[in-house]
Amino acid sequence: MRFEHWLYTVPLRLRYLFRRKQVDQELQDELQGHIEAQIAEDIAHGMSPEEARYAALRKIGGVTQIEEQCREARQVNYIQNFFQDLHYGLRQLRLNPGFAVLAVLCLTLGIGANAAVFSWIEGILLRPFPLVAHQERMVAIAGTKLSGDRGATGLARTDVSWLDWQDLQKSCKSFDVFIADRIMGITLNIGDRAERATGEVVSSNYFDALGIRPVLGRGFQPDEDSGRNSHPVTVMSYWMWKERFRGDPDIVGKPQLLNGVPHTIVGIAPPGFYGTFVGYPMDFWVPASMQETFVPGGYQLEDRSGQWVEGFARLKPGVTIDQAQQEVNVIAKGLEADYLATNRGHGIELFPLWKTPFNQAGNLEPTLKTTLAVVFLVLMIACANVSSLLLVRSLGRRHEMTVRMAVGARRGRLVRQLVTEGLILSTLAAGGGLLVAYWCRNALAPIFTPGAGIDVNLKGYMDWRVFAFSAAVCLISTLLFALVPAVQGSKVDIAASLKSESGTAFGSRGKSRVRSALVLVQVSLSFILLVGAVLLVQSVRKIRTADPGFSTNNVLMTRIDLIGAGYDVPRAKDFDDKLLDRAQSIRGVESAALVRVRPFGYIGYFTAPIAVDDYHPAPDEQPEAEYNQVSPSYFATMGIPILSGREFTRGDNETAAQVAIVNERMVTQYWHGKDPIGSRLLVKGKTLRVVGVAKQAKYQTFGEEPKAFFYVPLRQEFSIGANLILRTSQDAGSMSAVLTREFASLDAGIPMLEVVTTREFILRTALASQQIAVTLLGIFGTLAVLLAGVGLYGVMSYSVTQSKRELALRMALGARGQDVLQLVMSRGLALTAAGVCVGAVTALLLSRLIADLLYKVSPRNPWAFGTAFVVMIVASLAACFFPAWRASRTDPVQVLRS
Amino acid sequence: MSKPLDLVQGTLDLLILKIVALQPLNGWAISLRLKQISGDVLQVSDGSLYPALHKLEQEGWITAEWRPSENNRRAKFYSLTRLGRKHLEKESANWDRLSAAISNIVKLKEA
Repeated sequence: MRFEHWLYTVPLRLRYLFRRKQVDQELQDELQGHIEAQIAEDIAHGMSPEEARYAALRKIGGVTQIEEQCREARQVNYIQNFFQDLHYGLRQLRLNPGFAVLAVLCLTLGIGANAAVFSWIEGILLRPFPLVAHQERMVAIAGTKLSGDRGATGLARTDVSWLDWQDLQKSCKSFDVFIADRIMGITLNIGDRAERATGEVVSSNYFDALGIRPVLGRGFQPDEDSGRNSHPVTVMSYWMWKERFRGDPDIVGKPQLLNGVPHTIVGIAPPGFYGTFVGYPMDFWVPASMQETFVPGGYQLEDRSGQWVEGFARLKPGVTIDQAQQEVNVIAKGLEADYLATNRGHGIELFPLWKTPFNQAGNLEPTLKTTLAVVFLVLMIACANVSSLLLVRSLGRRHEMTVRMAVGARRGRLVRQLVTEGLILSTLAAGGGLLVAYWCRNALAPIFTPGAGIDVNLKGYMDWRVFAFSAAVCLISTLLFALVPAVQGSKVDIAASLKSESGTAFGSRGKSRVRSALVLVQVSLSFILLVGAVLLVQSVRKIRTADPGFSTNNVLMTRIDLIGAGYDVPRAKDFDDKLLDRAQSIRGVESAALVRVRPFGYIGYFTAPIAVDDYHPAPDEQPEAEYNQVSPSYFATMGIPILSGREFTRGDNETAAQVAIVNERMVTQYWHGKDPIGSRLLVKGKTLRVVGVAKQAKYQTFGEEPKAFFYVPLRQEFSIGANLILRTSQDAGSMSAVLTREFASLDAGIPMLEVVTTREFILRTALASQQIAVTLLGIFGTLAVLLAGVGLYGVMSYSVTQSKRELALRMALGARGQDVLQLVMSRGLALTAAGVCVGAVTALLLSRLIADLLYKVSPRNPWAFGTAFVVMIVASLAACFFPAWRASRTDPVQVLRS
Repeated sequence: MSKPLDLVQGTLDLLILKIVALQPLNGWAISLRLKQISGDVLQVSDGSLYPALHKLEQEGWITAEWRPSENNRRAKFYSLTRLGRKHLEKESANWDRLSAAISNIVKLKEA
């Protein structure tokens, strides 16, 4: 039925559109035919030809009107009108290039900011893995465990063990693809130089499951993720191949040392594939069988307590993440029941990609969400500005509108014309905005600084969704900025307007009210952005000066990669001893120590089940605590006070009794506040003697709740390759040079990594997402204030021009320039004050949204509101001053005479 | 009834459809036939005939083709489409109901 309808009508309409002349000609012919038939008939009835012609024309009425009515019946008028409007609008803009450029710039800013942020969201949160199909169905998989501390959720995040992962993969029906991966640092030797690279330990189906076809060689084969260290093969990134191996076409089959183990290069990944880790590009992939070589903690492929797997799965079409989670919960419960010893309290949780907890996606999600809201505000401010400009222009075009209405244009037609002109502006701006977004696609990376020499991969991604989004933004903004001026501009009192011609106009009061309202909106929106920016700046300042519970300024750290250099345990111990001796003898070094995990680093602490003699856990509770392995004089070097007992010494070695130092939280939680020195602590079945209590510190984030934590001597739970910590007043740069020499004299095969102060190291993690938020909000806040200032300036100078006579009259009656200045200024300030009030109320309601990003700053912090208020007032004083000053210089005689 | 009928407009459409249903005709012939059938009861100006024809064509109810008329001039002949026939049936039924209802009301005897 519908189809049959189109069968008749679609060709007709196409013909109307594209064969317009012919159709019109046919219409004329048809009517002409009618008239001639009428004439013929009348002549047959005895009229003279002349008479008959007049009679026929009279009878049919206005031929032109009939033609027009027939044309209207065609229903394609609106398209033709649109093209007419378009043509006319373009001509208008060409006549007024200054206005056009200003308006398009404003809108480009607004639309471009939105497109850029959306492309970041697309490229970082929604579709972070280029070349991988169906990312909308991908979920991240992480482990959970009941936290000993019973925090807010009672759950802490962990990774998943390889065996659990395989069981999950075998029994889970919700997914069609399962990949395991784990980010790793790699030392590779090219020639006689050692370099650092980043890679992933992955399940053997990795490339096939993701649909990634190597450009050279192959991916991994199914058996390559089993057998301890039995498949030393690697796939290299395209970038690495091109840059470091000069695109060697015969590279497949060649050996490459990775972490001291010769690997065979079996394939080259396609260009544009960076692996599956949001934030950093990957250079190498190795199969899971090589886990021991790359993931710290020893061989873990047959150990359910070794949790190291992070990974992704792809939901089958139609399965929701909640349904999948329910199935996964059942499987995890089953695993817990079957392997109580290792899996007690363990669960598995699914996350949408944008909340992935083990890469930067989870960190950046709140920031990018906030930023999207911010750029939307910027867009609204830009729209308000353009709207204001259009209103001014509509005053200039009042005469045109009046004439068009007088000759019969309907008001809707005028509104359509004006909105079409707006659409031209916003379409140009959308084009510009997409360019802006394209230029800015890598803009996040430099703000997000993990440290020197580390590649960051945070790219915006421009796909059709970004284009669609921008088009939508463009249309919405057109409605926002063009509709009000169009309706206002077409509100014309024909008689009055034509009579008074171009004098001060009726209706202008209404327009200035609209413009004032627009300024009010701008001021309030900018105020909101300012409050947000100031809150974030405060929060960053708080973080910068926050006390993590250890010294940060006189302590330098660097990583020593002995695993990568191929050390075994005895050699590593020997190296550690020599290194500490040498480090302590460097001039200016007060003390030196080694530690397995640096606080606030990406690498997590080990967690161990614990038991304490006088502590009786609840039936379903498995007390656990995180711990770190540290060398003697760690506490002195880090500046963590020992509250009771002693620090580790060289005597606490492999042959001595096993000891531990616990933190304050542990004392309150497990010893009920009693001094635990000398009591027993059972860790993984071993008995440790508590020898000291360390002051509570922060371990991973500034925002964390105080958690139970203990330390063991590095020698009693040895780990190859650790971090060197130096207490010194020297700066990182000069110490780096000294250390390079020391390292080289000990072993030239060990790469020298970056030397940083502890403060800088922890700030990188702590500020990672904050820095982006602060920078973006700072930029957009400034832009917003500028735009609002321009808007205010426009309104004030316009109203000064409009009320010239009134001002002149006041002055003629004795007002001084100063009084006029005050009058105008106070009007502008009143407008600002009103805007600030509206903004303050809205900001109070909205600021909860950025609470996630704030550290120890209340989202209602009065200082933030105060600062924003002052900035806004100063900006508006600046914006009003010039118009006010001009008003105060009005020459009453001249004005009143003219 | 699904929606109220625009009586005048609807009626003219109905008449045209009915006339064209009998045989394909050009505008002039339709106008003659209208006068002929309805006598003086219905005054249809030629001015409203052509827009109505175009509208019906637009709806897909009638279709037009150019061919020679009796006096050998090329003229636009309108004929009913399948869709138009359906519409005509529906509208005639509506008309029957409407006119029956109205005449019933008009014939009510005053008490």
